[in-house]
Amino acid sequence: MSGRFSALLRRDVARLLLGGRGGGALLPILFFLSVAMLYPFAVGPDARLLARTGGGVIWVAAMLAAILPLDRLVEPDIEQGMFDQWALRGISEEMVITVRVLAHWLSFGPPLMLAALPASALLGIDAETLRIVEIGLLAGTPGLAALGVTVAALTAGLRGGAALSGLLVIPMAVPLLIFGAGSLSLGGESGLALTAAASLVLLAIAPFAGGAAVRAARG
Amino acid sequence: MQEAFIVVRDLACRRGDRLLFRNLSLSLNAGQALQVAGSNGIGKSSLLRIVAGLAPAFAGSVESQGTIGLVDERPALDPHLPLGKALTFWQGIDGAAGNELSRLGLADLLDVPVRYLSTGQKKRAALSRLIGQKAPIWLLDEPLNGLDGHAVELTEQLAAEHCAAGGIALIASHQPFSLPGMEKLALADFAA
Repeated sequence: MSGRFSALLRRDVARLLLGGRGGGALLPILFFLSVAMLYPFAVGPDARLLARTGGGVIWVAAMLAAILPLDRLVEPDIEQGMFDQWALRGISEEMVITVRVLAHWLSFGPPLMLAALPASALLGIDAETLRIVEIGLLAGTPGLAALGVTVAALTAGLRGGAALSGLLVIPMAVPLLIFGAGSLSLGGESGLALTAAASLVLLAIAPFAGGAAVRAARG
Repeated sequence: MQEAFIVVRDLACRRGDRLLFRNLSLSLNAGQALQVAGSNGIGKSSLLRIVAGLAPAFAGSVESQGTIGLVDERPALDPHLPLGKALTFWQGIDGAAGNELSRLGLADLLDVPVRYLSTGQKKRAALSRLIGQKAPIWLLDEPLNGLDGHAVELTEQLAAEHCAAGGIALIASHQPFSLPGMEKLALADFAA
């Protein structure tokens, strides 16, 4: 069983992190950095304003960057009949979804945390704020990954599924955003724990909700 | 290994609000083959998917023993990967095994991305994946679509060898499929 797990994980990481047709992790990261770069142009060079709001901008940009790869998370595998072949081999949809959440997180969580370093320089954020942003991203991105895969599974096969999944993720990601960005305000460190808690809930639900969605799409 | 079998009792299939067939019973034991024949849309693919456990039966029951291998119109190979890598993924899942690559004429195509392969080449690649799975039950959905004369003979030969080795083949095809000792089931007889 562990051989199958690693075979699935290798395929998913190669597809989502390293690319293939969709460009892998590069596109969301470039998107994230361009938001961080555009923000000072839009609000002006007021260093205090940038430093005060920069952490929140990083959070919003991270959330939007996580939405970009949604349409290639689940749908292509349903179309190609991969899920049917896995089911025949006794590999449950839940296991595939679990592996996919892990691979999806690997493809945007750590890269985003790295990209937050140059982004913080662009926004003039101080080291202490950056530290909390990084811890917050570490706590929040697994939840975003779980949410993304679940929604991608729910909307797979629907017409306009890609646009719809983006619209569905945004409201459900609001708790992560409130607690994650809220932890940046003075005395808000407990928000980090709530971010992690929201992530854990989403991680616990994702395999079952996503697996059921894939089976329902089979029809 | 226990002997493989398929037993289908009083099966009915519904697609949307249309009943496709009903009261269908069949049983296949090790070494037997059956062709399900009928015109397009009569429910051949649906029957195979129900036997595979991928679709629910509207009524009746399906029992089977032994792992099931399915080849349908989707090759289940990553389109952007070279054929060799796409097949290696399935070898990792099924455990490394012979894929009859040269016999299927795929040995020269291993560097070609799957999306550039022709319909017939994709079909042969899917057969190679099926052989690597070592499943005693083969469900073949229109296996001859897009294949040239030589590949048709080869597919019939592979199915014959599979049955001779104690495997089961359930073949849905509107084309003639010649296999020694194969019975034929006209799905139109069970149309609702």
